[in-house]
This record gives sequence, C-alpha cells and structure tokens, in this order.
Amino acid sequence: MTTVLDSLNSALHSAMESDPRLYVLGEDLLDPYGGAFKVTRGLSTRFPERVLTTPISEAAILGAATGMALRGLRPVAEIMFGDFVTLIADQVVNHAAKFRWMYNDQVRVPLVVRAPMGGRRGYGPTHSQSLEKMFLGVPGLKVIAPSALGDPGALLLAAIADEDPVLFVEHKLLYTRPLLQAGQGDLADFALESGGDPFPYFVLRPPAPPRLTVATYGYNFELARAAALELMMEHEIFCDLLVFSQLSPFDLTPLFASLTQTRRLLTVEEGTLTLGWGAEVAARAVETVSGLQVRRVAARDLPIANSRPLEDAILPQVADIVAAARSF
Amino acid sequence: MTDNFALYRTMLLIRRFEERLLAEFSTGKLVGTTHTYIGQEADAVGIFSVTDPDDIVFSNHRCHGHFLAYGASSPQGSDPYRLAAELMGKATGLVGGRGGSQHIQWRNFYSNGIQGGIVPVAAGMALAEKEQQSGKIVLVFIGDGTLGEGALYESLNLAALWRLPLLVVLENNRYAQTTPVELAVAGSMAGRFAAFGIPVWERETSDVLEIQSAAREAVAHVRFGAGPAALILHTYRFMAHSKGDDTRSPEELTRIRQFDPLTIHAPRLSPAERDAAEAEVSALLAEAFSRAASDPFPALTTDHRTLNTEH
Ligand SMILES: Cc1ncc(C[n+]2csc(CCOP(=O)(O)OP(=O)(O)O)c2C)c(N)n1
Ligand SMILES: [Mg+2]
Repeated sequence: MTTVLDSLNSALHSAMESDPRLYVLGEDLLDPYGGAFKVTRGLSTRFPERVLTTPISEAAILGAATGMALRGLRPVAEIMFGDFVTLIADQVVNHAAKFRWMYNDQVRVPLVVRAPMGGRRGYGPTHSQSLEKMFLGVPGLKVIAPSALGDPGALLLAAIADEDPVLFVEHKLLYTRPLLQAGQGDLADFALESGGDPFPYFVLRPPAPPRLTVATYGYNFELARAAALELMMEHEIFCDLLVFSQLSPFDLTPLFASLTQTRRLLTVEEGTLTLGWGAEVAARAVETVSGLQVRRVAARDLPIANSRPLEDAILPQVADIVAAARSF
Repeated sequence: MTDNFALYRTMLLIRRFEERLLAEFSTGKLVGTTHTYIGQEADAVGIFSVTDPDDIVFSNHRCHGHFLAYGASSPQGSDPYRLAAELMGKATGLVGGRGGSQHIQWRNFYSNGIQGGIVPVAAGMALAEKEQQSGKIVLVFIGDGTLGEGALYESLNLAALWRLPLLVVLENNRYAQTTPVELAVAGSMAGRFAAFGIPVWERETSDVLEIQSAAREAVAHVRFGAGPAALILHTYRFMAHSKGDDTRSPEELTRIRQFDPLTIHAPRLSPAERDAAEAEVSALLAEAFSRAASDPFPALTTDHRTLNTEH
C-alpha cells in the first residue's frame, strides 16, 4: 500500500537522483528525523551536500531559495508548518513571484515551497491553519495541492519542473492516506475522468444524473467523497465531484461543463469562508454559467481552537457538506 | 519565595506536572502536542523568585514551567488545575480550551507558539509600561533555536534605542527540536546582544541559586530604567522536544542527567522537607488533574455561529 507520504518522499528521492541542481532546504531535515512530517526522510543520508538543514529562519529560507533559483539551482524549500507561510510572505510575494515579470521575462525563479497545512489534530491556533488562500491570485505564483487521487509524487515533480515559483500545499492528514485507485473501494460507484497538464484535475461521475457539482481540493476531497456517498445512499442525491490540484491561477474549465448540467455548485475547503478559494470559484462560475445556485462549505471565520470539540465545530465536517447539498 | 524549600517545591511541581502530562499523552488521554520543561526547571524558578508579582511575561511554546513558576511568585500561587484543564481542552482551562499547550494567558502572563514573533510584542509591552510609568518590567523567553528569527534582532535594536524595560531570557538547551546549536547558531550568543549595547548576564548552570543571583542582577538593571538586558542560561532538556521525537543518543541522555536541577538543590533540604514537598505536590496535582478531567468541554456560542457557513 502506497501512501501519499511515500509517494511524495520517493518523488523527492528520484528528483535529487536525476538532477544535480536540486537542493532541499528547511528546518530539522536531517536523518534520522528526516523532517517534522518525514517527507524528506532519507534524503540527507543519500545526498548530504544537497540537503541543507537550516536555522529557524523562514524568511531567509525562502529568500535563499529564490536566489538559488535565479542563479541556476532548483531549490525545494520546506516550511515546517504551513501556518508559518506568513513569515515567508514578503519573500514570496514581493521577491520570488515578482522577478520574472518585473524583469521583463528575462529571468526565471523555479522554486517549490512545500507547506504542510490543515487541522483536525488538536494542534491549536498556530499549527492547524489552511492559509493557502492568502496566496491565491498572487501574480507569478502557482499554488498546487495534492489529494489522494492520482499521483501526488508526480504532481510534486511537475511543480519542481515548473519554471515559476510554486507553493505546494500538503494537508497533514493526507500523509498516511493510501493512494486511491479508480473503481476501487468507495470510488467503485463513480466513473473517474481526469485531464489538465501538468497539474491534473479529476472528475468523479456518479452512476445516475447528478443534481449538483461539488468542487474541492486536497484532503477535503476525503470529506466530500464521504458526503457524496452518504447523499447517494441515504438521500438519493447524486453529485459530480471535481477535485483540483491547481488552485491558482484558476482554471475552471472542467467545472463549467459539469455546472452546465447541474446548475448547482457546492465548494468545500478547510480555510476560512470569507474570501476563500470557494468564493473565487463561485464568482467565476456565476460569470460563466447562467442560472447557477451556489453554496460554500468552509471553516468558520475563527481561529482554530485546540480543544477537539471546538476544533470540530470550527472546521467543516461531512455533515456540513451533506446539509449544504440538501439545502439546494 | 526565596527560601530553599519554596524553590525546591516549585521545581518539583513543574517536574511532576510534566511527567504526568507525558503519561497522559502516552495513554491517549491527551491529544495534540506539548513541550515539557523537564531539566530546565531551575531557569524559571530562579528567575521568578526575584521578579515582582505584577511583572509581565511573554513565553514561548515551552511555557508550562514558566507559567507554574510565574504563578508561584503571585499572591494566588501556581494553578496547575487551570493549566491541566487547558491541555485537556476544557472550558475551565486558562483560555477556555481555545489555546492549548502553547497558547495561554493568565494575569500578566502570555504565550504563543510562533518562534520569534513574541519578541517585538514584548518590546511593545515594555514601551507601554515605560510610557505609563508602571514600574513593571517585561520578560520574554526564547530558545537557542529562536536566535534564527530576524524579528528578534529588529526588536533588540528597538529595545536598546528606546531603553525599554525588557529582559530577554535566552534558554540555550543546546537543541532546537532535533537541530544541535552548532548547526544553527554562528558566532557568539552574548555577542548578539552586545552588538546592540545590551548588557548580558550569562550562566552555565542548573543550580537554582546561581540562576537566582544572576537573575536578581539582570532584573535590577532593567527595573532601574537602564534599558534592556539579556539573561543567557545554558541548560539541558531531558525529554524529547515534544513527545516522541528525540534523536539524541542514550549516552547523551544519561550524561546530561548529572545536571538535574532537583538533584543539585535537594541536599539543601532535609529528607523530611523533601518528603513534605513531594507529598504536597502530589496532592495538588492529583486534585488538579482529576478536577480538570471532570470539567465540561467548551462549545461555540451563538455569536460565533452567526459568522459561520450555515445558510
Ligand atoms: C516561526 C516558527 N518556526 C518553526 C516553529 C516550529 N518549532 C517549534 S519549537 C521549535 C524549536 C525551538 O527551538 P528553541 O528556540 O531552541 O527552543 P526549545 O524548543 O529548545 O525550548 C521549532 C522549530 C515554530 N513554532 N515557529
Ligand atoms: Mg533549544
């Protein structure tokens, strides 16, 4: 059984093996620890000169990665907890993502920042957030998020191959998840299509005509899938499920095809509701598809509490998705 | 709180509290994360034996020991019950279960789990106290690893320029998570403060009395209005960074136990006093944990629900 963690880890191994320009940098990366979530495990043993364990200096990690990328290397930086992307914001927004366009396309900044995001582990207000929404729509930056569908490692390799800076968002709860195969387990009832290159999207089509379209990404696909099954089994409501791996820039073409059929859009994300991913998806969908109704399921606009019952009440749950789908 | 018994009792309270936490985590009664103060107890206990009860503290992720020692200096005394309740996510916790282990607030005590960011906040607090002529000083706790964060140096500059009543306590336990200080800190620790003209008191000891005397001088300097100071304490963390993440060798873990602040201080008490401290602490903690365990969990209020995603 391959997990998302295995897939990401072996992608880093193969990338370092095949490209001597690839460097990995971040906090506590050295073996035997191999990074806080073990995504970089084994790298420092095999490639000691190209794995740089850093001081606790997130801004300098990103700035250094940017400089390395400008001058011919391919850095992959790890931010230990995605919550700390606030500390790299200036380096990402005003440096890395700016240079290509500002310098008249004369330069490239091919770097990847990996950031484990997400809650549901009782880590409290500063170690549980999904802050990727703050980086959506930043010109010059791509935001990519794997799910348990497809090949997360291949997605990371595509991010590494990209000529522009990429924020690669890994939900912590995904790491231990097995990769999902079409036609197996709880995907058995759905037909799986995919497209989009190099950052694919997936469409899961139910066995009967869909009443609504659910759009999501990352770990929250696990919740959306559970909700879709419940809606199908218990309420005879069928959903098209659209799972994106490219969050920004927004390319929603595959969504519009489904919406033309259902005219009902439900977005699901773990970041806070206001001005989230779903807000932009909804705005673009409404501009494109006539007669559309929209619901958004997201975290409440609150910090994430440490106490589990409070954390559960703040973050979106399967029941919230089911209720929103039934409210159309 | 200057007598040897009180110093011992508070260090023991921290030690037993943290041991209890680790046990509760290993049996799954607690979830989330924690960073224990075991091995470093003499730092906070020495320092808070010479501060004023109304002084202000900004602590970091490793805050339980700071909190319990701060409490011991206050008229109310330490409150392991409210801390235990917070860690259990209960409504009666220090911040109602919202913050958990790294994010607490009580009287003039604050903590946050982001490295470095608390230092400019502490400098601002010191400016507020200075402007309001309260006579209070602000203590901010950082670890060796936090010397990596740039916000620290911006704040040292402000604190020195504006002669703020700020004491930076740097606890060098020689590791940041798994990273040894040699891989993370170039140059001199004291030199970092000296570059801003900030005087440094530096001790390589786990003896609470030696720490107390250094802290007394540093606190006096800051309280006198002479501007910020730094107290650098070289110490040892005995347990994992958080729970199971220790990559140090068994030999190293054994060797550093010779610097146990409890063992160093214990001979200054009679066996009967030590037994009395043990009995008192154990009764306090038994009561704290069982009371916290039966407390209710918090719920979202209707106010919060109006901000939510319901339609
Ligand atoms: C900005 C930021 N980066 C990284 C972390 C993750 N982290 C928490 S504690 C820690 C190590 C801190 O080391 P040190 O300052 O020496 O304190 P110690 O844990 O040794 O007490 C790290 C890397 C964090 N909380 N905040
Ligand atoms: Mg340390």
